[in-house]
Amino acid sequence: MCGIIGFMSRKKKMINGEKIALGLCSLKERGNGKGSGYVGYGIYPTKYKDCYAFHILIDNCPKFEKIKVAVENILEQYGTIVKDEEIPTEEGIIKKVHIPWRYFYEVDEKFADKEEDVIVDIVMDINDNIDGAYVISSGKDLGVFKAVGWPEEVAEFYRIDKYEGYLWLAHARYPTNTKAWWGGAHPFNLLNWSVVHNGEITSYGTNRRFVEMFGYKCRLLTDTEVVTYILDLLLRKHKLPLELACQTLAPKFWSEIDDLPEEERELYTALRLTYAGAMLNGPFAIAVATPAGLLFMNGEIEDDTVMFGLTDRIKLRPLVAAEKDDLLFVSSEESAIRRICPNLDRVWMPDAGEPVIARVWK
Amino acid sequence: MEVIEIDAKNMHYRELNEKIHQAIKENPDLKKIILRNVLGQRFIGNSLRKKDLTIEIYGTPGGDLGMFMSGPTIIVYGNCEFAPGNTMDDGKIIIHGNSGDVTAHSMRGGKVFVRGDVGYRSGIHMKAYKEKVPTLVIGGTAKDFLGEYMAGGKIVVLNIDKEGKDLGKIKGKMIGTGIHGGAIYIRGEINKKQLGVAADIKPFTEEDLKNIENDVKEFCQYFGLEDKFESLLYSKWTKIAPISKRPFGKLYTPDLF
Amino acid sequence: MIPSYVPPKYTPVIDKKKCMVCGRCTIECSWGVYRKDGKRIIIYPNRCGACHRCVSMCPRDAITIIEEPVDWRSHPLWTVDIRRDNLNQAKTGKILLSGQGNTMDHPIYFDRIVLDACQVTNPSIDPLREPMELRTYIGKKPKQLEFEFEDSKIKLKTKIAPNLKLETPIMIAHMSYGALSLNAHLSFAKAVKECGTFMGTGEGGLPKELYPYADHIITQVASGRFGVTPEYLEKGAAIEIKIGQGAKPGIGGHLPGEKVTANISATRMIPEGSDAISPAPHHDIYSIEDLAQLVRSLKEATRWKKPVFVKIAAVHNAPAIAVGIATSDADAVVIDGYRGGTGAAPKVFRDHVGIPIEMAIAAVDRRLREEGLRNEISIIASGGIRCSADVFKAIALGADAVYIGTAAMVALGCRVCGRCYTGLCAWGIATQRPELVKRIDPEEGARRVANLIKAWTHEIKELLGANGINSIESLRGNRDRLRGVGLTEKELEILGIKAAGE
Repeated sequence: MCGIIGFMSRKKKMINGEKIALGLCSLKERGNGKGSGYVGYGIYPTKYKDCYAFHILIDNCPKFEKIKVAVENILEQYGTIVKDEEIPTEEGIIKKVHIPWRYFYEVDEKFADKEEDVIVDIVMDINDNIDGAYVISSGKDLGVFKAVGWPEEVAEFYRIDKYEGYLWLAHARYPTNTKAWWGGAHPFNLLNWSVVHNGEITSYGTNRRFVEMFGYKCRLLTDTEVVTYILDLLLRKHKLPLELACQTLAPKFWSEIDDLPEEERELYTALRLTYAGAMLNGPFAIAVATPAGLLFMNGEIEDDTVMFGLTDRIKLRPLVAAEKDDLLFVSSEESAIRRICPNLDRVWMPDAGEPVIARVWK
Repeated sequence: MEVIEIDAKNMHYRELNEKIHQAIKENPDLKKIILRNVLGQRFIGNSLRKKDLTIEIYGTPGGDLGMFMSGPTIIVYGNCEFAPGNTMDDGKIIIHGNSGDVTAHSMRGGKVFVRGDVGYRSGIHMKAYKEKVPTLVIGGTAKDFLGEYMAGGKIVVLNIDKEGKDLGKIKGKMIGTGIHGGAIYIRGEINKKQLGVAADIKPFTEEDLKNIENDVKEFCQYFGLEDKFESLLYSKWTKIAPISKRPFGKLYTPDLF
Repeated sequence: MIPSYVPPKYTPVIDKKKCMVCGRCTIECSWGVYRKDGKRIIIYPNRCGACHRCVSMCPRDAITIIEEPVDWRSHPLWTVDIRRDNLNQAKTGKILLSGQGNTMDHPIYFDRIVLDACQVTNPSIDPLREPMELRTYIGKKPKQLEFEFEDSKIKLKTKIAPNLKLETPIMIAHMSYGALSLNAHLSFAKAVKECGTFMGTGEGGLPKELYPYADHIITQVASGRFGVTPEYLEKGAAIEIKIGQGAKPGIGGHLPGEKVTANISATRMIPEGSDAISPAPHHDIYSIEDLAQLVRSLKEATRWKKPVFVKIAAVHNAPAIAVGIATSDADAVVIDGYRGGTGAAPKVFRDHVGIPIEMAIAAVDRRLREEGLRNEISIIASGGIRCSADVFKAIALGADAVYIGTAAMVALGCRVCGRCYTGLCAWGIATQRPELVKRIDPEEGARRVANLIKAWTHEIKELLGANGINSIESLRGNRDRLRGVGLTEKELEILGIKAAGE
């Protein structure tokens, strides 16, 4: 049992991080203090807006400098470090076993045509090959803040109230299958993908071996990591419309597909046949923030970030959605949303396997 | 004191529930507890046995409201999270809003009234024994797997919106899957395809009408729909009941034969 | 007793108090074990193979069968079987013939793999009341889908190749008409149709009597090309090229002339009474590119409308061969493990050639993934699949579906006596003798075979549910849900599973 919450201002209004922390604290009961985390989009709006912001956990040990140099050696192979600094933290709240460091980074022009793949390679390289360093986020104008601790501890530790963003996701963890460590907390991030997840992907073995075929390396052995890679594969590489990508994660039942008109039946059958390994089986509710450029079923291409929430197809994990003006929320519990925003225009329970999507108002 | 008011603002559920227990203990003539600013506190009413007690909740109570409760009445002015009425033994829960998944989970007695919609697997494994017949009355709609494994009791779905108007076609799937006791009454038409394993559509008889009359009446009283009572009761109803008491009796091969 | 150098392996014993000398056993036993002589039954135990026909049919329940009634001097190296075989070969000077699967005492890896179940962190799913999907599509899949848009409406651009739709991942293996009786085949055909799955013809062609079930039948093209006509290719739901067979990798087949009856002669299109000989290789396939050529030729013959499978025996380099098959336009690779059955095989092949199916599935699946090809081709596992747990484990190791052969025959009464090659099967399964064939009522046979498939299907659903999965594709290759018991590190590595407790 974990707690998730996320919201997005569809006007891209900036909202202080303390709001998301308030909501997450309300979901404390769903975690056990073994991991909490936040991601904010739009938090680096000034001169580093167009840089990749690497948030990296480096072991707080005598080898710290050595590890840092190793990280920088990898980064410098493909581009320039524009600025780097320790992520400001509050002392005395959490035992600082890692030092969170951030790099604002530009990819060399010669890799311009495959910039994102380069970033993915860098992340995989650091996480795979540098003992003592772990990338927790690698997108532009966003950052993940996570650690082992209760929601309010982690918020305070990272001084989350010093950041403003138009989209926030957060997660209170109750670890089950892997041990608690900072990197294992949510959100999981790759490029501008961020995922928070409640439940367990019971099909993990199948999913992992599926994404591995496409060159992703699942290093963390947690199911949420694999969700991130599946989304990257389906939406960024294979360019599936978002609605259909959600359909591969939580597909219609065959009995439902059989009843569709022919053209749709073919489409959904093809989807299940081709992406059988991407189906997420078992109980899950996820909230996801995406990069720009996503395709939709009507052919539109979204040039901004999208947020969506989704549950498994037989609804084994809770998810509530709500709206207040330009704000769209998803959360494990309604009370967490009301903690942030007591008066809501609308509250509803999304159908199992049907995404709730928030897009920037144009 | 007959009425006690508690402001639950920013209160942890353990503190709140402790206060409720204390209030009951200290006030033998207590009739009503009013809880204000409730937001996400779980287990309210858990195991309470005081039959003449009413708890009024303003806000959004957390999950497992009234779990194991045996006697009191809880009235919620707001929405509920998951599993209100979980394994409830007796008493009433009246919700002036929606409620989440597994509403009335494993309920064995008493009544739950929800003015709005309920989530997935509501009424799952409700069961009846002798005079204990649990009842779940839903004003709006229910998500899939309504009355799953149902072993007894009744579920009534009125299928009306906030104004009391008909909501039209019923969407739920896998209704009554695994049902082997009790009955589900849904106002409106159900396609056989919407039923789960072991569930069947049975004729809706005079006896069935009598069976739900009081529940519909009570619902209308609680939610100010007295004028709608007759038109709701005398509508097209679909009754869903088990094909057999032992739908899975023939599943196994005996060791020797 | 017939004088012989070799003591009998089994001895039937008749309880004289129960026996009424009705002579039923003399009729039921097709092997000539019993003879009625006035008021007594004479027994020739050397002819008995413990097929139980007499035991099952005796109206007085008077017969029992004893294994190895004569003790041999025990010896760890010179086993009774070895000595018996040597004695027999000394008598005949010939190759030992045998039926059904490998009888060596190798580990059965399926039995050393245990399954997982959900406890707390994810709910087990109740398959009786919640949806549980076993539907499996066998055939080529695209690497990725492409779409196009017409007036804001999405259209699928990618064409999906024809796939077989299975409602349960259990098919009945290729066993030829000739090796098996028509009534056995009819039973299978009716059963697979009822269960929404498929059966294979084997290499013996497709008898007219099976035409009504042809949309549930996979026709086979083997090295003998018996009965292969354009009509045959078009009739079935898919076509399978048989390169090899788990029971006898590397060699061909031989249906003795006495089994080539009128109907078999017509189906195979060879003269009645002459031997039907399948060469060891296909003489138009001496290399992998030749296989691709035959695959495409069969595709042409069916206007690219039918999936083409390629079946190989599980041998040491099966993974590399599978990669070759996957790049050849073939839709599925069938791997037949060394426990796989056969009507007749030289015993030395049956018992000594090939590798376990569990290892082969794991190795082929891994290799296809390394090549990025696994999603595009289906893997069908066969050879020694005995129960629903085996099916489940095979799929978790990496198969899409399985073929069952022996198990389907057992459903018809087979006791795995291993003498299919004699053509005397008392149960009417592996015989062409009309008086024996009619012992199977195809309706009753179909019911029994369908029952077996349905019972296994139920059990697979239960296991899936306990594993918290509601669709078979989430089990496929999900080795995380398996653990090994009593396996070496190397064996675990090859199977790609952890040890129990890890």
